[in-house]
Amino acid sequence: MKPPVHAPDWAALRADFPILDQTVHGRPLVYLDNAATTQKPRAVIEALTRYYERDNANVHRAIHELSYRATTAYEAARARAARFINAALPEEIVFTRGTTESINLVAYVFTPRLQRGDAILVTEMEHHSNLVPWQLLAQRTGAQLLFVPVTGDEGLLDLAGLDALLGRNVKLFAFTHVSNTLGTINPVAELCARARRHGVLTVVDAAQSAGHLPLDVQMLGCDFLAFSGHKMAGPTGIGVLYGRHALLESLDPFQGGGEMIASVQFEQSTWNKVPHKFEAGTPHIAGAVGLHAAMDYLDAVGRAAIAAHDEELACYAGERLRAVPGIRLLGPPGPRGALVSFALPGIHAHDVVTFADQEGLALRGGHHCTQPLLRKLGVPATTRASFYLYNTPEEVDRLAEVILKAAKFFGV
Amino acid sequence: MDLTELYQNVILENNRRPRNFRKLPTANRVAAGNNPVCGDEVTVYVQVEGDRIADISFQGAGCAISQASTSVMTQRLKGRTVAEAEALFGRFKDIVTQGTPDEEDLDLSAFAGVHQFPARIKCATLGWHAALQAIHGEAATVTTE
Repeated sequence: MKPPVHAPDWAALRADFPILDQTVHGRPLVYLDNAATTQKPRAVIEALTRYYERDNANVHRAIHELSYRATTAYEAARARAARFINAALPEEIVFTRGTTESINLVAYVFTPRLQRGDAILVTEMEHHSNLVPWQLLAQRTGAQLLFVPVTGDEGLLDLAGLDALLGRNVKLFAFTHVSNTLGTINPVAELCARARRHGVLTVVDAAQSAGHLPLDVQMLGCDFLAFSGHKMAGPTGIGVLYGRHALLESLDPFQGGGEMIASVQFEQSTWNKVPHKFEAGTPHIAGAVGLHAAMDYLDAVGRAAIAAHDEELACYAGERLRAVPGIRLLGPPGPRGALVSFALPGIHAHDVVTFADQEGLALRGGHHCTQPLLRKLGVPATTRASFYLYNTPEEVDRLAEVILKAAKFFGV
Repeated sequence: MDLTELYQNVILENNRRPRNFRKLPTANRVAAGNNPVCGDEVTVYVQVEGDRIADISFQGAGCAISQASTSVMTQRLKGRTVAEAEALFGRFKDIVTQGTPDEEDLDLSAFAGVHQFPARIKCATLGWHAALQAIHGEAATVTTE
């Protein structure tokens, strides 16, 4: 269920993020690299400090008070993450280092289930982290990689041939919810439903959506879903893999070590229950605690409101940038994620980013870990501005002003 | 700092109109350089005769620093001996890493501002690495990562 859209006090929320109040190269910082990582509100920073100052201990194994507190906090974060994406059970949440590790986990544990003649379906707009793990799985098993094509600069998935693709002995279909390069929002529920009709399991990369949009894995109908804490106001080094409980139960472990075992003998071991089976070693307990605080923060603001705010900024930025002579804007004209991505003729993205940095703007330029996509579109690199709940229309104005200035400076 | 210190006119101008930007039909040495992180690419073509660089050209795409420095380099290396080319690269590296201009070489000195942007040093040296690799007949792709 989507919570009703209310109107948060965005200016007051911005004050929750201490890092934003500074100058860079003598200009007020305008942080527009949120698709890479977001800033953290005081509530998250304080949760981390509080945990380390009061509750720090290792989880699950000791009987003393601090270990009890750490374990309780860690498992509470798991339950919170389950609520955050409306998973049926807390046991469906595996804590990982982030989206990349979550996807690698799935790719690794599916090794014994794939063989020559099978296929893995991905899309042409995937981040390297949702492409390379599948390339490795294909190499290990002899399975084939298939691709859902991207239409062109407007960056939509071409779904005309999807059913034919899904019918080609596909075992797994992995795709991104929101493209980090184009801003495209893919129709996850539809893709999952079509995959399910072909008996294909789905893996959703929610790195760019978890902190921006309401997510409901039961409504989406996905089998796996991955996201990172640091792209949603939480700490780095903590992320989530959601997996349907029965599926997780049926899979072999990922890494071996402490925490993931039920009993160990010299020659063999038996595995702990899900999700601990997939969490070898001491986890990032403080990270989970910080992520818990981040999820509380985002839901207090309201993710539907954040989504509307971010999309408004992205569309406004598109409008303002269209005035720059010769600019090539990538991504869909309609509903879009919280970013704009563009190329200026004759000016490389790194020069644009260096120029903007001197003006206090944090942008990103390059291939955004989607090299094959940019190669297909015939752009060596793009400049990206990505937004979050603390960004303002005035910052978008500043962006447009600086990009115009850069175009003049490099004089193309 | 002022951006015009990094992007001197020599750089902006060579980026807009790169010199010796073509394939060299008479080349007997070729090497490609790329910077996988930012996507800068150059291919340097060299015609080596004895120990002399008879002709040199390049093609590529990338940031202003990488393209302009390769353009300037081709102008400075044409007609030089291999030993002179190596010495010149040594001087250029000093300029971009320490910011010490070379009074006798104003074109190379235009890149002195790069030293204040450590992330961009690899852009400035990309073409040089490729050229020297070509001259020494090592065929593999150079990377500055």
